[in-house]
Amino acid sequence: MQHGKYRFIVGFLAAPLALYALFVLWPFVQSIYYSFTDWTGLSPDFSMVGFDNYARLWGDDVFWKSLRHSLLFALLLPVVTIGLALFFAFMINVGGRHRRGAAVSGVRGSSFYKIAYFFPQVLSIAIVALLFQFAYNPESGAINSGLKAIGLGDVQPLWLGDPDLALWCVMAVLVWSTVGFFVVLFSAGMASIPKDFYEAALLDGASRITTFFRITLPLLWDTIQSGWVYMGILALGAESFAVVQIMTTGPGGPDYSTTVMVLYVYQSAFRDGAAAYATTIGVALLVVTLAFAAVVMKLGRRERLEY
Amino acid sequence: MKTTETSPAGTAEPLPHVVRTDLPGAKPKAGKRGDGRILNVFSHGMLVLWAFMVVMPLLWAVMTSFKDDNAIFSSPWSLPDRLHFENWSRAWGQAHMSDYFLNTVLVVAGSLAGTLLLGSMAAYVLARFDFPGNRFIYFLFIGGMSFPIMLALVPLFYVMNNIQLLNTIHGLILVYIAYSLPFTVFFLTAFFRTLPTSVAEAALIDGASHTRTFFQVMLPMAKPGLISVGIFNFLGQWNQYMLPTVLNTEQENKVLSQGLVQLAVSQGYKGDWSGLFAGLVMAMLPVLAAYVVFQRQVVAGLTAGALK
Repeated sequence: MQHGKYRFIVGFLAAPLALYALFVLWPFVQSIYYSFTDWTGLSPDFSMVGFDNYARLWGDDVFWKSLRHSLLFALLLPVVTIGLALFFAFMINVGGRHRRGAAVSGVRGSSFYKIAYFFPQVLSIAIVALLFQFAYNPESGAINSGLKAIGLGDVQPLWLGDPDLALWCVMAVLVWSTVGFFVVLFSAGMASIPKDFYEAALLDGASRITTFFRITLPLLWDTIQSGWVYMGILALGAESFAVVQIMTTGPGGPDYSTTVMVLYVYQSAFRDGAAAYATTIGVALLVVTLAFAAVVMKLGRRERLEY
Repeated sequence: MKTTETSPAGTAEPLPHVVRTDLPGAKPKAGKRGDGRILNVFSHGMLVLWAFMVVMPLLWAVMTSFKDDNAIFSSPWSLPDRLHFENWSRAWGQAHMSDYFLNTVLVVAGSLAGTLLLGSMAAYVLARFDFPGNRFIYFLFIGGMSFPIMLALVPLFYVMNNIQLLNTIHGLILVYIAYSLPFTVFFLTAFFRTLPTSVAEAALIDGASHTRTFFQVMLPMAKPGLISVGIFNFLGQWNQYMLPTVLNTEQENKVLSQGLVQLAVSQGYKGDWSGLFAGLVMAMLPVLAAYVVFQRQVVAGLTAGALK
């Protein structure tokens, strides 16, 4: 059975590993190296400048703004999204009337809800962002016209044009598009919780709210935690880039009010011609991402419940 | 479980309804039934509201794509006066939606096939063979899942530029494959470990080479896993925005998401909003239709990774 084993292993790993190393690993290593240079990206010449880029980062107001927004994305967005999704999933799966003596039952139309809620998840985040950009349009967008139609004509916010509102508008879009995924994920988790637990709790006179906090939440904890890390990494990276870049105008919203770290990396590298500085912001983003994942894993550690 | 200790669980008999519900003045907190009723009205309300909030924007987009420009701005919520199909044909032809579609299909077809082939090859070797460096390579692959892609994109842009792959379809395909590998390898390694070893061993004893065993025995057995991870990658690659935005700025190579955004920006000057909406809906509908048809598989494919 050993015959040709190593030749086979090398043959099968060579192509995937080569591709991965060339397009993913090598650029990652390079970017850390570039963060210590003064490379502009426009010409091949550069020299080592030590920690100059990091010092510049320290005194850069836009960077701190983008860091604050990114942290808000990573911490607040998962709380709201997962909170809403837990609520909906619990209602869909456990919120129904007791039928035929079953201890728990889903609401009527639960499968419809699960299908509909998932819709935004299959759409491109770019399309979602474009759609909501129209909806938020202060003069003729769907939201302000809707407000007018129900008699709130005086309330006509500028939405994306208002520096105090823009970030929340952008975050709302991400919540809108991600809740469905977690509803379905948590529904699958809830379906695997034995019905006996709920029956026993009901016999003891526990209310729905108690059963949620005492049974559902602890047993779902692992799923919630991995969902949190997943969402946080998305919110720090690709997803927030797309929504902020597409929806907010100018340099990341009015007065950088919506700029996030990924967008700032992109702008520094491809708009400002500061490739080395961009990689420095990228390294900061990497640190934030890893720290975020570590903190969530650490704080979320609970005793594992087997059932 | 603390809650289960106090009472015998698993009784098959139906639960007695503890509280009578026909008391006229029954307080909601008095019992589970009343509690349930209040909760039911509330929960149903919230569920319906969110369903409305999800479906409404999509319906609104479809409706808007059939209106003329005037109506879009003067009365965003009213129905179109007639179905302006010319928006759709204008978007398809003049606004290059057909080109963007073709590019997206090409890129996704190439990268999806490549991702599944290379991903399953690497995963198979990592899952079934013991060799020095196995764990190291495995963690090298899955480490890529938690890194912010944008950090690598800046040097990657110049790497691609140096090897003449910038702004090419095949270059984009290779990059898509490379960035899809971490999750694909992670998922398929776990999957290959669950498959029984006896069939593969029988094939080897019968004289099949390792390569032949992989393609003729193991890959067919791994079909459910390949479908799950394939759907995940399909949606991810079809909807990709960041990679093409950075690495593919040539007009004729643009993919759908990119093309639409560019259209939206340039529309600001040309003012063909109805055409843009038609383009948006055009890009939206195929994925939504596929989702409705393959709903079960899509959900299983997308959530499989997070549950593992």
